[in-house]
Amino acid sequence: MAVFRERFTLCSLPGTPPRAPLGLEADADRVLLTDRGRTVTLYKVSDQKPLSCWSVKQGQTITCPAVWNSETEEFILVHDGKVLQIWKEDDTDLDKVFKATLSSDVYRIHSLPHTEPLVLFKGGAVKNLDALLAAPQQEIENIISNEVIRWSDTLIGVEKHVLLFITEQDRNYFIYVQHCNPYFLQKFKLEQGVGSSTPLSFTAYLKNKVIALLCLYSSGYVCEVLVPLQESKTAETQILPKSVLLRLNVCGSILKGTSIVILDKDHIAVTGCLDSSESNVKDCFSIWNVKFQTLEASKELPQGTTGQCWAYDDKLFITHGRELEVILYKCETSSLAAAVGKSKDTHISEMKSLSTDWNMLQEDDLMCAHPDKPAKDESKRLLRSRKNVQEGTLTVEQLLVIIKGASQNTVEEKLLAFLSSTPMPVFQVSIGYIVSTLVNRCKAESSFYPRRCLVQLIQTQGVSYSMCPELMAIAVEKTDIHLLQLCLQQFPDIPEAVICTCLRIFLSIGDDHLETMNMNLDFVPSHVDTVQNNKMDELSKIVQNGCTFELIEEDSCDTQAIQKSHELDLNEICPVGPYRATLLNTIICSAYSETFLLPHLKDLSAKEVILFLQYLQYVYVQCSKESSAHFPGIFRLTVQQIMDWLCLLLDAHFTVVVMLPEARGLLSKLHKFVRAQVHFYSELNKIEGSLKHLQRINHPEDKGLYSIEVIKLT
Amino acid sequence: MRYGFFWLLRCRKDEALTLRSPPQVGCEDGSVKLFQVLPDRIQFERQLDRQKERILSLSWHPSGTRIAAGSIDRFYIFDIKSGHVSRQILVERRLQGSPSPKCLVWDLAFLSDGTVVSVDSAGKVQFWDSEMGTLLSKHPISKAAVLSVAVAEAEDSLVVGTSEGTVYQFQLLPVKLGGSEHHWVRTRLFRHHTHDVRTVAHTATAFISGGLDGQLVIRPLMEKVESKTYEAALRIVAFPHRCLVSCARRARLLLFQYPQHLELWRLGTTNTFGRPGEVLPVSCPPQNLLQLKAKGPEHIRSSCVSPCGSWIAYSTATRFYLHRVQLTGEQVSINRVLKTPKLNGSAHHLLFSSDSTRLFVASDCGCVHVLSLLQSGACKHLHTLRPNLERSEAVYQLAVSADGKWLSAAGGDRDICIYNLENTKLHCTVPSYGCPVTALAIHPVTNNLIIAHSDQQVFEFSIRDKGYTPWSRKLQQLGLHKDWLERDTPITHIAFRPRHPSHVLLHDTYMFCILDTSLPLHEDAAASKKQAQLVKTTQRNRVHAFKICKRFQPLLFVDFLDDTSLVVVERPLMDIKAQLPPPVYQKKFGT
Repeated sequence: MAVFRERFTLCSLPGTPPRAPLGLEADADRVLLTDRGRTVTLYKVSDQKPLSCWSVKQGQTITCPAVWNSETEEFILVHDGKVLQIWKEDDTDLDKVFKATLSSDVYRIHSLPHTEPLVLFKGGAVKNLDALLAAPQQEIENIISNEVIRWSDTLIGVEKHVLLFITEQDRNYFIYVQHCNPYFLQKFKLEQGVGSSTPLSFTAYLKNKVIALLCLYSSGYVCEVLVPLQESKTAETQILPKSVLLRLNVCGSILKGTSIVILDKDHIAVTGCLDSSESNVKDCFSIWNVKFQTLEASKELPQGTTGQCWAYDDKLFITHGRELEVILYKCETSSLAAAVGKSKDTHISEMKSLSTDWNMLQEDDLMCAHPDKPAKDESKRLLRSRKNVQEGTLTVEQLLVIIKGASQNTVEEKLLAFLSSTPMPVFQVSIGYIVSTLVNRCKAESSFYPRRCLVQLIQTQGVSYSMCPELMAIAVEKTDIHLLQLCLQQFPDIPEAVICTCLRIFLSIGDDHLETMNMNLDFVPSHVDTVQNNKMDELSKIVQNGCTFELIEEDSCDTQAIQKSHELDLNEICPVGPYRATLLNTIICSAYSETFLLPHLKDLSAKEVILFLQYLQYVYVQCSKESSAHFPGIFRLTVQQIMDWLCLLLDAHFTVVVMLPEARGLLSKLHKFVRAQVHFYSELNKIEGSLKHLQRINHPEDKGLYSIEVIKLT
Repeated sequence: MRYGFFWLLRCRKDEALTLRSPPQVGCEDGSVKLFQVLPDRIQFERQLDRQKERILSLSWHPSGTRIAAGSIDRFYIFDIKSGHVSRQILVERRLQGSPSPKCLVWDLAFLSDGTVVSVDSAGKVQFWDSEMGTLLSKHPISKAAVLSVAVAEAEDSLVVGTSEGTVYQFQLLPVKLGGSEHHWVRTRLFRHHTHDVRTVAHTATAFISGGLDGQLVIRPLMEKVESKTYEAALRIVAFPHRCLVSCARRARLLLFQYPQHLELWRLGTTNTFGRPGEVLPVSCPPQNLLQLKAKGPEHIRSSCVSPCGSWIAYSTATRFYLHRVQLTGEQVSINRVLKTPKLNGSAHHLLFSSDSTRLFVASDCGCVHVLSLLQSGACKHLHTLRPNLERSEAVYQLAVSADGKWLSAAGGDRDICIYNLENTKLHCTVPSYGCPVTALAIHPVTNNLIIAHSDQQVFEFSIRDKGYTPWSRKLQQLGLHKDWLERDTPITHIAFRPRHPSHVLLHDTYMFCILDTSLPLHEDAAASKKQAQLVKTTQRNRVHAFKICKRFQPLLFVDFLDDTSLVVVERPLMDIKAQLPPPVYQKKFGT
């Protein structure tokens, strides 16, 4: 799920029909917009207003979008193909600034943080700007002969930067990767598209030392091409295969995309038109999850678009009609549970369009807009003092910063305040980020463990296992039984291996440790207590009528009573205490797949197996006894669940169980019990025929309109 | 009053004046006519001011001085003395965009305090002040029309019926508990009908509604009756409480009476025997011999086929018809007997003597005409049997003895007269009983009269001794079983088993019973009220007089064909429902 929070117009586009900008460069809250004509404008996004504007002389045309060199705090642009100009923000006239004429046409300048900008020439050569300025008229070699550059981008890796560009020649596409240090160039050929579809737009990101290049095809497919960064030994050009990542299909109609932008490692934004039928072509843009191939959110652009789209931070810049619009968005952490809708409690948030709160913006640069503010509160909010505003609510971004840095107490306090104040839709989107940030910090700092926060977060039911797999790993590491129990209850998608790990912990942990645990006793099974309750004859009657749950809870704490009641049949004594029984019941109730669980079950030790078998047998007997009565509580065990676990456990440890002497009695008891039941059911089957016959007697067949019958009156 | 242009007729309620007060007729042409009801005829008195639109509804003010007349889009208050319209009140049209712009005032109720309740086709129930002509309150209750209204005698409750099949109750309730200000408030909704509720009536403890779906529903108002009693049960009357089928035993024919036609069927036969519970193959299928359509728009009121099967008599509200039927093999011929004697009034009940030579016609005015039927096909009026008292109520039930000597006639005044047909004199009358007679029959051997009343009591009256038989007295003394007394529908037919004189067949809609008068009545039957549970268990093990069969439901008719065969006529309610027009169309979401 992704949420669009707000949209506003940055500026209007010149010309009729409106000309799309040549390029857009963002730097924090400022964007540098290069016109297709002669002007370059610097905007402050949150203010929606231009800061300054420069234009080249009449007759000259900007051919390469202006870039911002953060190192030198200079702007660079190229006009008329070869003339390079560099200026500072306080320069007003471009005529008077530094100018250098190069010997060859420039395709694009790429500015990188902390290094010199790179200049990509139309001939395919890449030069460092410094080196170029030292000798502007130096000869530039032509690497690509008849190919035309279609797209270029720079990627910042851990160790080095690369410049990636794609060229086309007779519908063949070539990928060039220019490494800077050491300086070498790789060339690949892109596998040809099927049929007539051509790549329309590209975007790329670095994925574990491999470049993942996403291509948007005219047929509505998004394909992924993995470009290796290692220098290949072979001389010939490698052909890179592509794999279809996603088919842009919205409600049966194909989304004909025009541009594609990567938002994060799982999400892309596609601008294009929805070609539903001949007459009905709607421009729209949408956010997709490439991991699960789902449409996260989509927005119509009723005034049409030229199809350009840029994404920086949490802002999307889109040409819409005559305007350049800024749309704030937020993507949920991608998880399997969210994708397949397995999340136990899914809240569908409506897209909210809210206006900017200028008061807030002045105070805090981090905040571009206030995401969770209902419109009607606007006036009230303005009147509040600054202090109040800051204390009142935190944005997700602020919270994440706090989680990364602050002390455990502060984190807990802020997070709990955030949980209580944030409305559900916003929370739903951001919970994934919060949990992962928390868990990452826990992993990094062993002393940091905000247990209270994690418990709270899990109880919101917005978290799933796939959203943050490390969460349970940490709980296992810290043997946080309560957290594990909560996870087992709340998460819909726990892998079988983790269930098994939990089971081992639950079976092996010491009783003294368990009793000190702050545990959720709602889950105490009534089976454990039926033993005492049978003795306390009056009480059990009430319980079996299903009315008074409180009574059981009171009694259940009194575990000593069972241990001491020697006169009871051994069969009826629960082999584990109520705490452990609760935990085991949580395991029995969790969802699993037998095939995947079986191999992990083999890891249990013989002692653990016997204990679990004893417990299963006990609950099985209790459950069969009481099957007519209704047990109170939500999580009640069914005979089916118990039976499945028994079978699985016996399957997994067949040899062990057969060999162990203490298991023999257990098995024979189980066998007897099951045999008695089978016998009972077979007897029931025998009388089924008679029962059916009775039914038939009660419903005589239709005799039609006229019949002659023999009746006997008694 | 069955002609199209008379819309309705309302009598003044004042009972002391019933005979002298003028009933009214509202006419298609917009006039309201007053008639005087005289003991022997109805006399036109005068006409009130004629209005433009037709009159759809009328309601007398209890004082008899004013009358409200509903028309289209408005209703009028007439002053009886002057005959002029004293007030004209416009009823607003439908609020929502309406397909039919007119608002028909379907029914009115004039309350004694001058309030007029109007119900109309726009689904509104409105309360008006007839003095000032102002609207007191308005209750839109239905998207479809509201068709009928009825007020309780105490004027604290009223019911309205809508064309959606619902009935709403309104009650006059104090605004504050114990306060003096009262408002009409819609209180309850009843949904017992599937089609238009054309008419409603309000009694002190219940309301009765009837409509297009052919059912009469009696719904007790729970605050007026003790709950969980016999009176508190909802009653749905699906069939008329009278016999609509007659059987010619010897000819094995059945005559079915429909509202507008008669059907004569020959029963099918089988040539095998079987064990109890078996369904035997039909060797000769039943045959529809005749369909006889009644002339004119009138409904058939009664019909009968003679035991030999050669005569069919039926009567409508105004006249009676006799047909001679000749069955020769597969050929059926029917001739109307044209020269029937001119009889005063119409026939409420028709009966042939067992030798098919006499036809008894129960008339409007308490007497029974005896017609003689000749083999030649002619018909002659023999004489008229008159009760000693000059009675005005019609005779509804007739029974003739098998030997043709006795005729008993039960009338609307709850008297049963027994005539001697040999000397055409009144032999005796049965002591009058508080409930109407629902079925009568004279035993072929003992000539005892068996009488079933609407309160489910059964009597046996000896004609020879002019008194109840010892068996009947004993039955009364012991009392009938509670289950028998709390049946919903009355006994509508009594018959006797030819070679078992002690067997009496009685049936209602849901069961038939063979009553063996030779078997002892249970001594402990009287104790049934005290120890019903105990009695039930003991009864099961004993032979008892009442043998009840509920296997066939709902029943229209049961009779003995011969000593070993019974004919049973079932009329499934689903078949009737299937023939009804579709109910008011209601738009359901998503359809």
